[in-house]
Amino acid sequence: MKRVVITGQGTINALGTNVAETWEAMREGRCGIGPLEMRDVERLTIQIGGQVKGYAAETHFNRQQIVLYDRFTQFTLLSAREALAQAGLTFVGDLAARSGVVLGNSGGGMNTLDENYRTVYEDGKNRVHPFVVPKLMNNAAASHVSMEFNLKGPTFTVATACASSNHAMGQAFQLIRSGMAEVMVTGGSESMLCFGGVKAWEGLRVMSKDACRPFSANRNGMVQGEGAAVFVFEEYEHAKARGAEILAEVIGFAMTSDAADIVMPSKQNAARTMTLAMRDARVNPDEVGYINAHGTGTAANDKTECAAVADALGHHANDLMISSTKSMHGHLIGGTGAVELLACTLALSEGVIAPTIGYEEPDPECALDVVPNVAREAEVDVVLSNAFAFGGLNAVLALRRV
Amino acid sequence: MSADVKDKVIAIIAEQAVLEPADVKMDSTLEDLGIDSLGLVESIFAIEEAFDISVPFNANEPEQSDFDISSVAAIISAVEGLVAEQTAS
Repeated sequence: MKRVVITGQGTINALGTNVAETWEAMREGRCGIGPLEMRDVERLTIQIGGQVKGYAAETHFNRQQIVLYDRFTQFTLLSAREALAQAGLTFVGDLAARSGVVLGNSGGGMNTLDENYRTVYEDGKNRVHPFVVPKLMNNAAASHVSMEFNLKGPTFTVATACASSNHAMGQAFQLIRSGMAEVMVTGGSESMLCFGGVKAWEGLRVMSKDACRPFSANRNGMVQGEGAAVFVFEEYEHAKARGAEILAEVIGFAMTSDAADIVMPSKQNAARTMTLAMRDARVNPDEVGYINAHGTGTAANDKTECAAVADALGHHANDLMISSTKSMHGHLIGGTGAVELLACTLALSEGVIAPTIGYEEPDPECALDVVPNVAREAEVDVVLSNAFAFGGLNAVLALRRV
Repeated sequence: MSADVKDKVIAIIAEQAVLEPADVKMDSTLEDLGIDSLGLVESIFAIEEAFDISVPFNANEPEQSDFDISSVAAIISAVEGLVAEQTAS
């Protein structure tokens, strides 16, 4: 089996417009969640989110591109540009044919949907812009990345709600490991912070009106975010031969289904997925130094996840660090695992563990070292990144320091 | 306790629990009736729609909510309170 390494990364999210800004915010434990700015916000019960503020599409894209790119596609392309610039790869000939794109996304072009539903339902118009369909389809971002960088290998989008990005990166990992691809551009994005997107989430009554406080006894729900993160996964020998800077190695992946409930998580299957990921990576629980938690800040997730970590990691659960960076950038739904993988590369390449901010009161049901409020310097060799989605779909990645 | 509110709330709960309204007792808990967290959220939505009220309920902290869901009687009483507030305002 081939080895898989990360040679580039890029992002735009509520914490920053690139990886350096995002890492700085994670080191400082800065919160990117604030008042939502959007049309009809006064009609929303939930008025906060991890929104990308001060963003002007015209700065990055021309008119012809903007009419084709929904916000989630724009975020993806900006992240891909940063990641591929860092990797220093150009794709021609055989390399182009053996390189592809797998991205996670849940809602597709939600802003495009929202705007055009308004046009036909609220404004009563009988005509919409001709590019609505190619703009809103949730493979649009993967396709535009493939076009912009001439990636002609396996290219598709994975939609598994909050686990989309982890499933996508797991697929990218397996494609390279099995020898089917040389380089995969992977990660995910989401841009659901529009009136209809937030309104839909309000209905479930799991959103917080004030803050995302994972693992804190006074947590009261999740907060949505938006943005993207994209990584360059590359076959190890290929990266080594060209002298590329290696940020981390991807060493394992596992995915399972609870086959039980459409919204409630399962401790047993969350634990099973972590165990399978460690087995796939051929690491023992005591080698894991950090877990980037799914950590949504809901009552249901956080206590289930902590119990699952205790089951899967045994006594070592008390010695490792686990944090939820959703407290800072919000829950990016289909893009969340990608932005959270940045906390993993930060831990592995910089020795900095991003904190769980907003932590106010210990919860006996979440009695792990959740790195409360302040980042920590620590050398870790192996990390896990958890995603446990609605629909009972679980995906866990394992990474190692290089 | 107005018969109108009581009957409507019981009808909503009965539908959710797939029971006859007569089988929904005032001291029943939602758990007794087999209503899970999704069923609860759907019932609250139906109550909001039926009475044109807004129910303050966050599934993450049901015990912190002003909306008491500990029994059918408690729910009816909470809905009556909200309907009264709505009429007063």
